[in-house]
Amino acid sequence: MIIAILSGFILAAIVPFFSPYLKKNASLIFPLLPLLLFGYFASFFPRIKNGDPVSMFYDWVPSFGVDLSFRLDGLSLLFVLMITGIGVLVFFYTFSYMKGHEYIDRFYAFLCMFMASMLGLVLSDNIITLFIFWELTSISSFFLIGFNNEEPASRKSALLALSITGLGGFFLLAGMILLGTVGGSYSIQELLSSSEAIKSNSLYGGIIFFLFIGAFTKSAQFPFHFWLPGAMKAPTPVSTYLHSATMVKAGIYLLARFSPVLGDTFWWNSTLVTVGAITMLYAAIHALFRLDLKGILAYSTISALGILVFLIGLGTDEALLAAGVFILVHALYKATLFLVAGIIDHETGTRDVTVLSGLGKVMLPVALAGILAALSNAGAPPFFGFVGKDLIYEATMQYGEWAVVLTGAAIVTNICLLFAGLLAGVKPFIGALPEKFGKVHLPSPLMWVPPLILASLGLVFGLFPSLIEQSLIQPLFSSISKSGTEIHLKLWHGFNLIFGLSMTTLILGTLLFWKLKPSKNLFQKAFRFEFLSPERLVGHFARGFSGFARIWTGFFQNGYLRNYVITILGFLTVLLAYRLYNGIGFQIKAEMFENVTLYEIIVLLIMAVSIVFTVFSTSRLVAVASLGVIGYSICLIFLFYSAPDLAMTQFSIDTLTVILFVLVIYNLPKYNTFSSTPIRIRDGILSVFFGLLIAVLTLEVLNEPLNRETSEFYAQNAYTLAKGKNVVNVILVDFRGFDTLGEISVLAIAALGVFSLLKLRLKSIEKE
Amino acid sequence: MKTLIFKTASSYLLPLLILFSIFILLRGHYLPGGGFVGGLIASIAFVIHSFANGLEKTRTIIKFHPGFLIPVGLLIAIISGAAPLFLGQNFMTGLWMDDPIPVIGMVGTALFFDTGVYIVVIGITLTIIFTISETL
Repeated sequence: MIIAILSGFILAAIVPFFSPYLKKNASLIFPLLPLLLFGYFASFFPRIKNGDPVSMFYDWVPSFGVDLSFRLDGLSLLFVLMITGIGVLVFFYTFSYMKGHEYIDRFYAFLCMFMASMLGLVLSDNIITLFIFWELTSISSFFLIGFNNEEPASRKSALLALSITGLGGFFLLAGMILLGTVGGSYSIQELLSSSEAIKSNSLYGGIIFFLFIGAFTKSAQFPFHFWLPGAMKAPTPVSTYLHSATMVKAGIYLLARFSPVLGDTFWWNSTLVTVGAITMLYAAIHALFRLDLKGILAYSTISALGILVFLIGLGTDEALLAAGVFILVHALYKATLFLVAGIIDHETGTRDVTVLSGLGKVMLPVALAGILAALSNAGAPPFFGFVGKDLIYEATMQYGEWAVVLTGAAIVTNICLLFAGLLAGVKPFIGALPEKFGKVHLPSPLMWVPPLILASLGLVFGLFPSLIEQSLIQPLFSSISKSGTEIHLKLWHGFNLIFGLSMTTLILGTLLFWKLKPSKNLFQKAFRFEFLSPERLVGHFARGFSGFARIWTGFFQNGYLRNYVITILGFLTVLLAYRLYNGIGFQIKAEMFENVTLYEIIVLLIMAVSIVFTVFSTSRLVAVASLGVIGYSICLIFLFYSAPDLAMTQFSIDTLTVILFVLVIYNLPKYNTFSSTPIRIRDGILSVFFGLLIAVLTLEVLNEPLNRETSEFYAQNAYTLAKGKNVVNVILVDFRGFDTLGEISVLAIAALGVFSLLKLRLKSIEKE
Repeated sequence: MKTLIFKTASSYLLPLLILFSIFILLRGHYLPGGGFVGGLIASIAFVIHSFANGLEKTRTIIKFHPGFLIPVGLLIAIISGAAPLFLGQNFMTGLWMDDPIPVIGMVGTALFFDTGVYIVVIGITLTIIFTISETL
């Protein structure tokens, strides 16, 4: 199974090496991959039907509890078959749609990557692995959405989609880690058994919050829905594949998958129902005002996703069954409508519904597919959509005191969706054919056969629900619901209330379609509220944030060395002062000064005088020379305290420092005053405080009992182990030789830095 | 700064100081000194010479860009550290000859390592100082 999952990545990885051979007809080998995978996964049908899930286990990072364990059960099977099945059709469709495109091989490689990520996502049993595949879908979809990377709009929407889904990914990871910690395992199967313990844990709220954000961003729930319409910039095969059947359903998959583990609590149900209901209504009403075919489909997809979240949130057996069926219903008709929209766009060059009409006369099979899909979407009997819609009403009707409100919301949503479906699937094909479309002709069968297959499936499953009842829907239902009830799909329930509701929806939706004609006027009216939309708000937020970052960076990273030093010293002073404020351990006693010698006093006096000279001198050279004097005085102190090695090194370093300073200063203009008085006072205060704090700190350190273990070890073993008598040098070249090696390497890099910086500047000056 | 006395003195000081720096390098293992200080002293010798006679003169004495000393020194240090690996011992284990060599004293990998440090330090100091004084 692992080969099946990873085959997409493998194929994508080898594509660049054969790129020149895969441009033309040879790219027909790509659809073979989903075809093979579809066959492979379909072969598990009998096992799954008997309620016998397939599990595979491979070690990956056992120390973190992360493994490649895959499990194929009813829920996974539905998704896997959708991914590979619709994948086959989309891959074939792409061949014709993208024919002659320069980078068709690249496009296929991205599609393969995406398919593999999706397969991994729905098959993973380990939640960390699931997260990794989840992120991979975000990344591969980024490439697909931004495929036309020469268009700024395309790049922008790809970035938007990536940032929203990526943000959700972070939350999801947090949720997964919390869940793993609370549940004691990263395996979904094992988490199932500790479901009660997780729900009563105090972290439960956090877990579902993080999980929800992850799922809502991916499945475009309000208020994160706005990336999906933007993602319609992608080529149509991508919209079909990612945004109808697979990726956006990943969030639904996640919720369905964790529903037995985390579901059936007040917060779970109420949050999902609320968010789902808002999304489905909001997006369905939005869909009424769109003029772009793909825009209409995008909003109706968001609305459908809202319905799914809503159903999972209801959490009853009926609702879960309805969700399971609706996933399939929606995938079939929405993929068809997208493919049809792609064909229309490809052949006529426009997707504006106000212009399109009468195309049924020139491309009948396409029209057939579109009309079939629209009818399934409308929930007209005997289509599969009718079965799905009945189940939805059945689920809302049985929800206690809220039944009326919920059913009402579902009806309004369905009416709008019906309208959207008719607009996208029927309107372009009926009426009179405008003259400018006279030359439009039927595209290659590779393009119109896939939507026709999908649309006919919607009819076949509706007529014969028994085809999938026991093999697909029953295992799916048992994997998301805890009760093991038998389910029955029926087309005909008799004349009852639900049938009445279905018919009402159908009639009202059709009426709406005849009455409400899409127009620019309506579109602009709806646009007046655009400033309130989450998309705009996020845009403002992003701009504000980047502005804030610019100010922040400009303030701290201003390029003036002196400001950096002030910031660092000031921060350090505050930090140290706060620490020392809590208590100082040392005391100054008279006997501490008894051993002070005359030499030391003299040297200290010299240093003090030099400091005064350095600070108050009006000549840079004098200041530098005084600095040198301070350095040499420090050498003397090192000598007094028997550190000749240190003294020697300090002496040489100081000499070189002064030389360097002189070299630089020699070429600077002569100022009499270096800085204004207030600045000097500020710097003076800062340095006095910093110096004081360092002095206090040193005294503190001396106050602590000294641990001489290390130095004694070096002193005793310098000769026996390293054959040297000078302990300092032995430490440098032997005991801590590795450090020295590192230090000289760092020095070498610093020298290279100085050299290249100055030389580069020299060259650019010479050029001028 | 190009006075006659300074000029004359510097041409004598240069070899003397370099000899002194080598002396400091060699005695480092037993008495105060070592590669780092030695390298600094040697660079000071060159810097003094360049002050007295001009950078171009010093450059002709050294004959190559001091930057080349950096990789050479690093290489010596690394080889001396890696040598024990070939004898099946850990990286940077000290290896020593059995008997001392006259004048130099005990010879071991640590001495070569220190020599590497010495050369790197000369290379770095001279590169930085020469580059800066050229640029300005």
